[in-house]
Amino acid sequence: MLPVYYYVALSAILFIIGTLGVLIRRNAIVVFMSVELMLNAANLVFVAFARYYQAMEGQIFVFFVMTVAAAEVAVGLALIVAIFRTKQSINVDQINTLKG
Amino acid sequence: MTIQYILFFSLALIAVASAVGMLISRNAIYAALYLVLNFATVAVFFLLLQAPFIAIAQVSVYAGAIMVLFLFVIMLLGAEQVGPQQAIRWQRPVAAVLGVILLAELGYILLSQTGVLPGTSTEIAEAFGSPAAVGVNLFTAYLLPFEVTSVLLLVAIVGSIVLTRFGRTNGEEGK
Amino acid sequence: MFLSEVASVGGYFYLVPLVVFFPVAGLLINLIFGGKFSEKLIGWVACVAPGLSFVLAVLLGISLVGHPEGVTVPFVDWIKLGELELPWAFRVDTLSVTMMLVVSGVGTLIHIYAVGYMHEDVRHNGDPSRYRRFFVFFNLFIAMMMILVSADNYLMLFVGWEGVGLCSYLLIGFWYDKGKDGIGNAVAGKKAFITNRIGDFGFLIAAFLMFWYFKSFNFDVIVAKAPEVAAAAPGVILAMTLFMLLGVTGKSAQLPLFVWLPDAMAGPTPVSALIHAATMVTAGVYLVARSYSLYVLVPQAQNWVAIVGGVTALFAATIAVGQFDIKKVLAYSTISQLGFMVAAVGMGAFVAGMFHLVTHAFFKALLFLSAGSVIQGLERGHHAVEHDPLLRKRLKSEHHFDPQDMRNMGGLRNRMKTTFWVYLIGALALAGIFPLAGFWSKDEILAEALHLNPLVYWLLTIAAFFTAFYMGRQIIMVFFGEPKSEPSAQAQESPAVMTTPLVVLAGLSLVGGFMNLPFIHTFTHWLEHTIHLEEVEAAAEATPSYVVGGLNLIVAGISLGLALIAIAIAYYFYTRRAADLQKVPANKRPDDPLRGVLGPAFSVLEHKYWVDEIYWAVIVNPYVAISRFLAEKVDWAFWHDFFHEKIIVGGYNGLVWLLSKPIDTSFIDGIANGLGQGVQELAAAMRKIQSGFVRNYALSVFIGVVVIIGYLVLQLR
Repeated sequence: MLPVYYYVALSAILFIIGTLGVLIRRNAIVVFMSVELMLNAANLVFVAFARYYQAMEGQIFVFFVMTVAAAEVAVGLALIVAIFRTKQSINVDQINTLKG
Repeated sequence: MTIQYILFFSLALIAVASAVGMLISRNAIYAALYLVLNFATVAVFFLLLQAPFIAIAQVSVYAGAIMVLFLFVIMLLGAEQVGPQQAIRWQRPVAAVLGVILLAELGYILLSQTGVLPGTSTEIAEAFGSPAAVGVNLFTAYLLPFEVTSVLLLVAIVGSIVLTRFGRTNGEEGK
Repeated sequence: MFLSEVASVGGYFYLVPLVVFFPVAGLLINLIFGGKFSEKLIGWVACVAPGLSFVLAVLLGISLVGHPEGVTVPFVDWIKLGELELPWAFRVDTLSVTMMLVVSGVGTLIHIYAVGYMHEDVRHNGDPSRYRRFFVFFNLFIAMMMILVSADNYLMLFVGWEGVGLCSYLLIGFWYDKGKDGIGNAVAGKKAFITNRIGDFGFLIAAFLMFWYFKSFNFDVIVAKAPEVAAAAPGVILAMTLFMLLGVTGKSAQLPLFVWLPDAMAGPTPVSALIHAATMVTAGVYLVARSYSLYVLVPQAQNWVAIVGGVTALFAATIAVGQFDIKKVLAYSTISQLGFMVAAVGMGAFVAGMFHLVTHAFFKALLFLSAGSVIQGLERGHHAVEHDPLLRKRLKSEHHFDPQDMRNMGGLRNRMKTTFWVYLIGALALAGIFPLAGFWSKDEILAEALHLNPLVYWLLTIAAFFTAFYMGRQIIMVFFGEPKSEPSAQAQESPAVMTTPLVVLAGLSLVGGFMNLPFIHTFTHWLEHTIHLEEVEAAAEATPSYVVGGLNLIVAGISLGLALIAIAIAYYFYTRRAADLQKVPANKRPDDPLRGVLGPAFSVLEHKYWVDEIYWAVIVNPYVAISRFLAEKVDWAFWHDFFHEKIIVGGYNGLVWLLSKPIDTSFIDGIANGLGQGVQELAAAMRKIQSGFVRNYALSVFIGVVVIIGYLVLQLR
């Protein structure tokens, strides 16, 4: 296999793109998708190192991450739907009533 | 070896490009679709990394279930209903700068640590990453997290139903 | 109480605290319940109290016969302070029992007299409610005097000393709203108290010296330790005795502090009799007798005491010649006789002094009480005249009638027989006519004086001459001749309650002298047990041939002869000359035949050598001026107005202003407020972080991540 660094670098790039997405996009759903991208990048690194050390633990962890991500998406989207009902908008900038 | 490099770089290119595409596309549907592409690419990477079970799980759960859900919600709420005006003007530049910095840091780490982790052998057991291997680990060493995760899923189900249910009624008698 | 121990001694000694508490009980009963009593009951209670004390004193005397060296009866613990231990103990010895007998005996008689006197007085002068107050004070006096004579240490004696001074003040100013300008009597009381105070100052200094050197006030301790202290620090005993002399001159009215006694005549006559003749004024004599052990060690002090006594005797006797008020004559006579006593105990003739004290108590009390009877007789006559329209027209003038002025009296011999006879006995006793009491006591003093201190002998002899003269003058002016005013012609005799004590006292004046007849000397032997005469003899060996017994016929003869001559001269002047003067027209007639003979000298005597005026000018007025200056200029103007107000208060206010305005308000408040202001502004600035935008929060998280990773990267280097 390739040296593990390549995979780490790729994962880092994906992760940063995901972070930028969270910071830049105003559509709540797109923000959520960026979060999924971040998680995915992490999964990639896990699997890479599982292959490197020849330990199954990495893959098991990815399994759980996926599960949790799925649950999180379900709940998160339900939240967004609920917020949409009140605010009629999915612009995160409009959820600012906690302004100090 | 060369094939591996070519394969890796081309796939990496697709992955990054789709990610960037998700980042910049105005239309939420397009963004979602870019993301699906990304997930698929990552699934191929998993295959390359001797994790077939995970790869299939990626495709079926992530790309199949989660992204579908995303698409449903996007279509439910209406695509891109965000105005063109930026509320915080300095957010983008700062984020960009920070992203660059982080990238630089990570690059530095990687480049300076090149010789730390030695390469690994290409020989690997046939059963590595197989469903059987995953299953054995899940049901023996990691049984507790497995069970807890099932509870977590239950909570997620109940939660999403609760959140959407009362929101709909909004003062009327709920069903 | 350790009375049980004392009881084992036998006799009635253990009862001695009652001698003080009977009068206290009397006064308390009258004080608390007297408002509901009738006058008669108040009088009874007040007379029974000293009467019981007298009975007890007699019992004590009888007990002493079997136990003559005396007993100390402890009562309660009073002061216990480091080295000083002062219990209230009663000293029962021959000297104190003598005083107790005199005080309670004569005191009871005077109380009985006072019952009648005050009954009339409160009706003439108005305000019957004062009756009760009088007897409360009177009993208080007896109690205090008893404390004085029964004390076994100097400090307890001083308690009694002060107490009788207080009672003197209270009783002199008894009619506190009468007298000159409506406050004259109160002023007299004040004068008595203040003059006494000067004497008390001397007594206290002596007492402090006593404590310093003897570490005790107890009589026995001082008698025992006196010689060794005298050897160790000779000047101290002299100082002690001289300071005590100051106290004696205050209390016993000697030069120069005698001025209060004539003014004290402003009080009722029983007061003058009891306090200012028989008992309180003799406290000084008693004090010197008690301190005999100190005095015999310092012949210079003895000399001083004797000289003071002798000069006072002569001085006062001459003043008495020129007085017209019946009580003032007796007052100066008292001062003179006290001079005799003080001279006697000063010389070392303690027994003679005490003997004269006892006899003087008899006849001077008698004289005062009889004078009171005369005064009241005149008041009754005045009362009768005022209410009889016929007689009214014969009243000489409408100006205020003074019942005490002898120039208004005369011819009372026929109208007030009992009073006349007792007064005559008293006067003859005072003049020293054989065989009445005064002859024996005065002669003993003169006999001792001839050997101990010849100068004083001559002073006293001349004083005795004058004594006889003024008593003769008084008798003739009051009782003989024609009545000089209408009330005098209508005077009435006093009731039995008043004349009976007079008769008793007259009897005592007749036979009292036989107490200490020469060759028998009962009284001397009685007192010897307390005043250890061997010491006195030993001290007196320096002076030539002190003879205890024997009647010195020369001295007796000279004094008796002088007295008779004096009476004869008085008879000549006031009978013959007075009759001649009646022929002179009324407006040119001198009020006293002596004026023609003595001229301006008589005025000097009449104005008592202007002693009071001199004191006012030399002592009192400058003192008042100084204190006024100190009060107004120094204390108010300077100290208060300037220093206090301007400097202290002004400075303080200025400092407070400085602290409050620039420092507190501007600076400190500025800091505090500025701090709050700053925090508010900072908070306002910081608040902008809470933009409400989720993306901003995410950005901050990201910044944190970048920073941490950067740090870790740097660690890698």
